[in-house]
Amino acid sequence: MGARMKKKYEAGEATKYITRAQALKKLQLNLKDFRRLCILKGVYPREPNNRKKAQKGKLDKKTLYYVKDIRFLSHEPLIWKFRDFKIFMRKMKTAMEKGDKETVARLKDNKPSMKLDHLVKERYPSFLDALNDLDDCLTLCFFYSTLPRDTKVPANLISLCRRLTVEFLHYVIAAKALRKVFISVKGIYYQVEIKGQPVTILINHLRGFKPTTASDVDYRIMTNFVDFYTSMLGFINFRLYHSINLQYPPKLPGININENAADEDATEEYNELVAALNTSLVANVPEAEEELQIDEFPSADGQDKLDEAKREAEAIERLKSLFKGLKFFISREVPRESVVFVIRACDGEASWDSSIFAGATYDETDESITHQIIDRPSVEKQYLSRYYIQPQWLFDCINFRRLLPVEDYFIGANLPPHISPFVTERLGDYIPPERQVLLALERGETLPAEEEEEEEEEEESEDDSSEEEEDSKPKKNETTKSQVVKEKKGMKVMRGRVEMPDIKGMDEEEKEHYKFRELMIRNKDKRLYRSMMKNRKSREREAKRLENKRKFHEKEEKALKKNTQIKKIKKDA
Amino acid sequence: MATASKSSKRRLEIVENNENSAEVDDIIEAQVSDNADDSTDEESSEYSGLEDDEEDDSDDEEDNSDWEEGSDEDEEEGDEVHNMSTNEDSEDDTADDKVVPTAVPITQDGPSTSTAQLPAPPVEDEYAYDSSDEEDLRNTVGNIPMNWYDDYPHIGYDLEGKAILKPKRGDEIDNFLRKMENPESWRTVYDPQTGQDVILSNEDVDLIKNVMGSRIPDGSYNPYEPWVDWFTNEVMETPVTGRPEHKRSFIPSRVEAIKVGRMVHAIKMGWIKPRVAKDTSVERHKYYLLWNADDKSEDVRRIENPIPAPKPRLPGHAESYNPPPEYTFSEREINQWNRLAETPYQRKFPFIPKRFSSLRAVPAYDRFARERFVRCLDLYLCPRAKKMRLTIQPEDLVPQLPKPRDLQPFPTVCSMIFKGHKGLVRTISHDPSGQFFISGSDDQTLKVWEIATGRCFKTFEVKGTVRCVSWCPNASIALVAAAVDNNVYLINPGVGDRLVQAKTDEILKEMPAQTDYLIPQRVRAVLTWNEPDKAQWDSGFRVTLTHFKAVKHVAWHSKGDYFSSVMPEGDNRSVLIHQLSRRRSQLPFSKSKGLVQCTLFHPLRPYLFVATQRHVRVYNLLKQELTKKLMTGAKWISSIAVHPGGDNILVGTHDRRLCWFDLDLSTKPYQALRHHGQGIRAVAYHKRYPLFASGSDDCSAIVSHGMVYNDLLKNPTIVPLKKLRGHAKFDDFGVFDVLFHPTQPWLFTSGADATIRLYT
Repeated sequence: MGARMKKKYEAGEATKYITRAQALKKLQLNLKDFRRLCILKGVYPREPNNRKKAQKGKLDKKTLYYVKDIRFLSHEPLIWKFRDFKIFMRKMKTAMEKGDKETVARLKDNKPSMKLDHLVKERYPSFLDALNDLDDCLTLCFFYSTLPRDTKVPANLISLCRRLTVEFLHYVIAAKALRKVFISVKGIYYQVEIKGQPVTILINHLRGFKPTTASDVDYRIMTNFVDFYTSMLGFINFRLYHSINLQYPPKLPGININENAADEDATEEYNELVAALNTSLVANVPEAEEELQIDEFPSADGQDKLDEAKREAEAIERLKSLFKGLKFFISREVPRESVVFVIRACDGEASWDSSIFAGATYDETDESITHQIIDRPSVEKQYLSRYYIQPQWLFDCINFRRLLPVEDYFIGANLPPHISPFVTERLGDYIPPERQVLLALERGETLPAEEEEEEEEEEESEDDSSEEEEDSKPKKNETTKSQVVKEKKGMKVMRGRVEMPDIKGMDEEEKEHYKFRELMIRNKDKRLYRSMMKNRKSREREAKRLENKRKFHEKEEKALKKNTQIKKIKKDA
Repeated sequence: MATASKSSKRRLEIVENNENSAEVDDIIEAQVSDNADDSTDEESSEYSGLEDDEEDDSDDEEDNSDWEEGSDEDEEEGDEVHNMSTNEDSEDDTADDKVVPTAVPITQDGPSTSTAQLPAPPVEDEYAYDSSDEEDLRNTVGNIPMNWYDDYPHIGYDLEGKAILKPKRGDEIDNFLRKMENPESWRTVYDPQTGQDVILSNEDVDLIKNVMGSRIPDGSYNPYEPWVDWFTNEVMETPVTGRPEHKRSFIPSRVEAIKVGRMVHAIKMGWIKPRVAKDTSVERHKYYLLWNADDKSEDVRRIENPIPAPKPRLPGHAESYNPPPEYTFSEREINQWNRLAETPYQRKFPFIPKRFSSLRAVPAYDRFARERFVRCLDLYLCPRAKKMRLTIQPEDLVPQLPKPRDLQPFPTVCSMIFKGHKGLVRTISHDPSGQFFISGSDDQTLKVWEIATGRCFKTFEVKGTVRCVSWCPNASIALVAAAVDNNVYLINPGVGDRLVQAKTDEILKEMPAQTDYLIPQRVRAVLTWNEPDKAQWDSGFRVTLTHFKAVKHVAWHSKGDYFSSVMPEGDNRSVLIHQLSRRRSQLPFSKSKGLVQCTLFHPLRPYLFVATQRHVRVYNLLKQELTKKLMTGAKWISSIAVHPGGDNILVGTHDRRLCWFDLDLSTKPYQALRHHGQGIRAVAYHKRYPLFASGSDDCSAIVSHGMVYNDLLKNPTIVPLKKLRGHAKFDDFGVFDVLFHPTQPWLFTSGADATIRLYT
């Protein structure tokens, strides 16, 4: 008697996974309920290390779940709720068909309802876990809160989303947690820092927003997600309010969400929400102002890092009270919700025309208004005591973490580009000049804006020669510049420059050596190396392309400027 | 009568302007002709409705009674004259006399004549006709279009069959004057049936007005008469039947009492509870403090090994509503974007980056819902796995090699070019001292060069392509072996030490005595040793070995007595080992192991390396056995070289690989290098320096550092040092042979461009 033959796929990887069809059979659920359960419980398929083994030798690709996960699902009490609901629906149908109103009413009263509290705790055992997963939650809830009341989505869910999201925005305002903003074509991104975790939200634009006409979207699936996300967001809101000594749910003046409101009320309700953003919440206990001081520990290597951290902390402090003491008035064509939120999150004051929307705190005629946010090419009556600026100013100020000069953002002005604050450049990537300015500021350098302009003018007056000089170090530039200014205009003889000895030969040797080294890469790493180099090359090419495009664009613009100036002069003459 | 009134209604509908009667006439005429296809009843009774001037009722009985009344009246009146007089009266006052026929036909002659035409109702047989429609029948033509009579002087026939003549109409002026004179002209209409003018009565005019005003035509009808409730809804006090009600109709039901009793009991017992209205405030306060601490996680059962979903990608500059100008699409990029409509995932962005002049102009993103949905799908449908992210730079994968500068000396620059050959220089070999070298070319010559001066000392003419030359490594003999076609020539080059030359000649002058040695049959079939004739001797040829196939390679043993020759086409007789001192040859192998490319002797031990197409076999010549078989993994070996220590072998192959074998390690290559762009033709080791070189068809030779340590635990270090270029391409060939100087770090290369180069 020899040892029993070991059968294939009875141990190891093969026993760890279960296909979806098997899981359905095991759980005795239909696909719809299984999907819902997976969404609520946060169960997802897994990619096996060895797919062939995991699929027991079958070659077609299957959705695989952990067997343990499915076993875990089978203990979920929600499954019984699903079954209850199925029975309820059957009874309802019978009663409706019989026309038994009494029974229908009774059944409706006893409609089985789900509570998802335990799921929130189970999926996110710690609060930080929940914060880590907040991006999708908030973005979807904000999306639902802007949906029109429609049969596709239950109306009370929309209202609930509205309430929860506004509560969250209130927390951000109260905690001054807004860090970055970005107006994209998709919507407006807000990055909020909660407990040191960055949470990024995307809120869609509302002009011509028709989401429910999209045929390739299944709202039932999304509603399953939103069901869970609302309970999650509620608990998170509670915890957040609790952490800054605010009462939850907050009593927002003028906000009464009617969960069964008709569609006409929706816009009104929305206005009320915006109005609510303009009021500050009442804290349970008045907070004591506390200045956090970073203790200094002498460290051998990390002096730079320490400095950087200090600068960062300072910048964030500055950002928190960026608009302090500024009074804004918002014109009616400006998207109020985002602008009010941004202003209030940086400690500013905002108001709007009280005759159009509720919640205005002061009038347009108020002389103490410092800025008026306006988004049209011109305005008839202007007050001298305030700046009339376009909304992009607010967003750029927040990204730069300082008040930018308002001149570029006046009404009708051609706006400077709005760049993304979320980009992290790798070595060799293209960095647009606006971003370079921002990075320099972050590094603690100060860029005198006026000098820059001067330089530009000079560049215009001269030709390539000055540009070449600029390529060499800026200190040299200072000395030569004065000369150049004196010698302006006309033909001139430039001072000759010493030709540097060609170090190309040296480079060549290095290059050859590197080439040989490349040849000596182990076969194992060769493919990886090649793909990495290919990526790097393509990135470099892309960077080069963008740089050239920018240069070309600037040259064109300069030419255009010159032309217009010449025309002007001719006209004057 | 009802029908009559209807027809009159229809006919007179058009009369709007009463003052212009002529026009009215015409219109009415036309109307009549249009209505000609109406039923005869209607046609004939056109006056009837006007005549008996009673209320227009739809009731037949009343109709009849009316007619009877009318007839009665006629009876009472008695004669026609009276009737006529009444008519005349009525002309004057169009009063509300009911009895008088109100419409009077007028003729040209006058009213008197016209009335005479009225047929008196026949008194005697008043019941002769049963329909009131026919009572005024004067023209018997029936229901026909009257324009049929347009061309005739008459318009029909009366009851007696006499033609009714058309009354004279007079000319337009007469008509006009008459109209002007006659105050009744506005209510006068022309009757085409009788051809007479008819004056409408006041009632008729009222009727017309009512019809035109869409009122009830009969002016006297009161639509608001008091309602008479004929069938009252009041219950009569006396019941219809006198039956008393059943007892159960007033005694409470026992069954119901039981039911109610049960319910009361259930309520009492608390089984039935009143329905509680749902408290919506609970809904609002359903959240509580779920987490007590921030990062302390409690032990809960979770899914196995949870992997958090990757965060959504953050937007770049191109997604901005007002991106920097370099990010907006040019026309070409837009075209490219559009071209990828079939495969949208290949697009750089799912949208076209575009600049909006103001925030107000930015519309909602039309794919927003779709993107949210796809994200949801990703969250619950995408398989998740933990993947390690590489944090290395590609430079980290490149091995750190010592700098070439630290490994000097090695040849770097081409310092001399030896020109003189007229064909490919296939092979070169140096003399043991390093003063000369010899080269063999396709131009059927061998040339001896001095290295220091670059002078060509001698040229030997041979008949055939020189495949291989090899200078005897023994310094005490001046001898070169050259493989030319089927022959191997042993040549005294005639350069260098004269004593050595003389001694060589002396040795080779006489054939050693072949006593008691019989050349084996196998060898004799393959090879013959030939003495040169006088002329050949003078030009330097000392011995000729004539093979039965073309010889491709010759190689000397380090002692200089033995040498081997290779005929690749010789099958099992392709390798021969010759002994010069005894002028004997032997065929070491009895079996063919493939196409033999070349053979080499081990520098120290009695081993023979035989390179076939794919493998290198190492034979122990003493034991006469195969000791090793080296697997190159190559398709076609071109050349081999042995390290002076004897433990390392270089193998160059036509498939671009250069394999370094360490015989102590394994039969697989210690390192395989693919530095050349094309097949390798020759490889060589330096005798003194740790250098080796390879020459290839890509017109370059690569010099590498190859240090072999005495320590057995330490593997050789291989560092490529320098790529030496210079040779030109000819006929797809580049470098044919490489050769190191025996003492200096110099490299000779011979190329297809008929030159030999020296790199120092």
